[in-house]
Amino acid sequence: MAEELVLLDFWLSAFGMRVRIALAEKGIKYEYKEEDLRNKSALLLQMNPVHKKTPVLIHNGKPVCESLIQVQYIDEVWHHKSPLLPSDPYQRAIARFWADFVDKKIFELGTKTWQTKGEEQETAKKGFIESLKLLEGELGDKPYFGGENLGYVDVVLVPFYSWFYAYEKCGNFSIEAECPKLIAWAKRCMQMESVSKSLPDQEKVYGFVLHLKKMYGIE
Amino acid sequence: MEDVVLLDFWPSTFAMRVKIALAEKGIKYACKQEDLFNKSPLLLEMNPIHKKIPVLIHNGKPISESLIIVQYIDEVWNHQSTLLPSDPYQRSQALFWADYIDKKIYGGIGKRIWMGKEDQEEAKEELMQHLKTIEGELGDKLYFGGEKIGYVDVALVPITSWFYTYETCGNFSIEAGCPKLVAWAKRCKENESVSKTLPDSLDIYGYVVQLKKRLGLQ
Repeated sequence: MAEELVLLDFWLSAFGMRVRIALAEKGIKYEYKEEDLRNKSALLLQMNPVHKKTPVLIHNGKPVCESLIQVQYIDEVWHHKSPLLPSDPYQRAIARFWADFVDKKIFELGTKTWQTKGEEQETAKKGFIESLKLLEGELGDKPYFGGENLGYVDVVLVPFYSWFYAYEKCGNFSIEAECPKLIAWAKRCMQMESVSKSLPDQEKVYGFVLHLKKMYGIE
Repeated sequence: MEDVVLLDFWPSTFAMRVKIALAEKGIKYACKQEDLFNKSPLLLEMNPIHKKIPVLIHNGKPISESLIIVQYIDEVWNHQSTLLPSDPYQRSQALFWADYIDKKIYGGIGKRIWMGKEDQEEAKEELMQHLKTIEGELGDKLYFGGEKIGYVDVALVPITSWFYTYETCGNFSIEAGCPKLVAWAKRCKENESVSKTLPDSLDIYGYVVQLKKRLGLQ
């Protein structure tokens, strides 16, 4: 039976980008369906009734939700090519820890850099840079978090790179000035087709953020 | 020889998950109680990023975050009592529900109930909604893991030791809204790994009363 794979996604979503990269790394064909988050499709509501969010991966009619779970699922089912998680249980626990750290810190703090103003924004910027520096420490001298190749943590973190320009413009700061090693890592990842074809253009992301700010009445 | 140490705090529902998993696997370990108002150098060294318990230290190497620790235990000691399903799709569903439990039930909603401030009513409603959702996922199964305790059971059952505290502070009955879930919790306690790990509900209540005094909340 041919595999049937559908991804319900939103082009701007860093979480969706993770899944796109993982699927590309494994060379898996799938159908991409763009969702309008202000007018969610019946399929999305049926496939993710609990959270009603994208991305949703539908494999032979069965939905898998939550991006980290989707990436692990893809890695397990298509384990013969480009493994993302390490095979050693301890290394795997470390990779999961850092993916969890990205989820807890980077998305929330990054979002605050463009959604808030004044002191709240300054606190968010500080926390955001601090978190990136911790990630830089974990990367060390390795080309990727996964070592010689893209791994789980790379896939989980690199989508936010497409949002960095928007964060910098809205927050009036330079991420590269504070975290040059991380930016070098991100550019290295972008040389991989699986990444460059999965991330939207930074200017487009910034344009959309400006539009969202107008809509929410944020300065 | 395996050297397993757990940095613990007895009322912590996150730490209870790890203790249940260790008990299910029959693993011997040293349990060190932390004073969260005075964290040990060992804790700060082993979890410098979050400075939180639980931390599992296996042959000197630390693992943090309760669900990550439980998965690690399940993978390393895979000879006995597997917690996660072997099928990738079933595994993704178990991971999904544990994540739901983390976000919606373990994520601070209980604190809003026992703190007893203006948002208490809202928190009670939210909690019951989430518990009903997870009750629906249990369905007619004995356990979330099927015929025996699995990953989702381990992820969820610790919070039941706090139900008495929520009910007393919030003046409501969780059993009235979720009888199947309370029945499931009782069934879990028939397993030694759970009954020997979960503290007495009254002890949790006593702890919260002390904590509220310390925080100046009546």
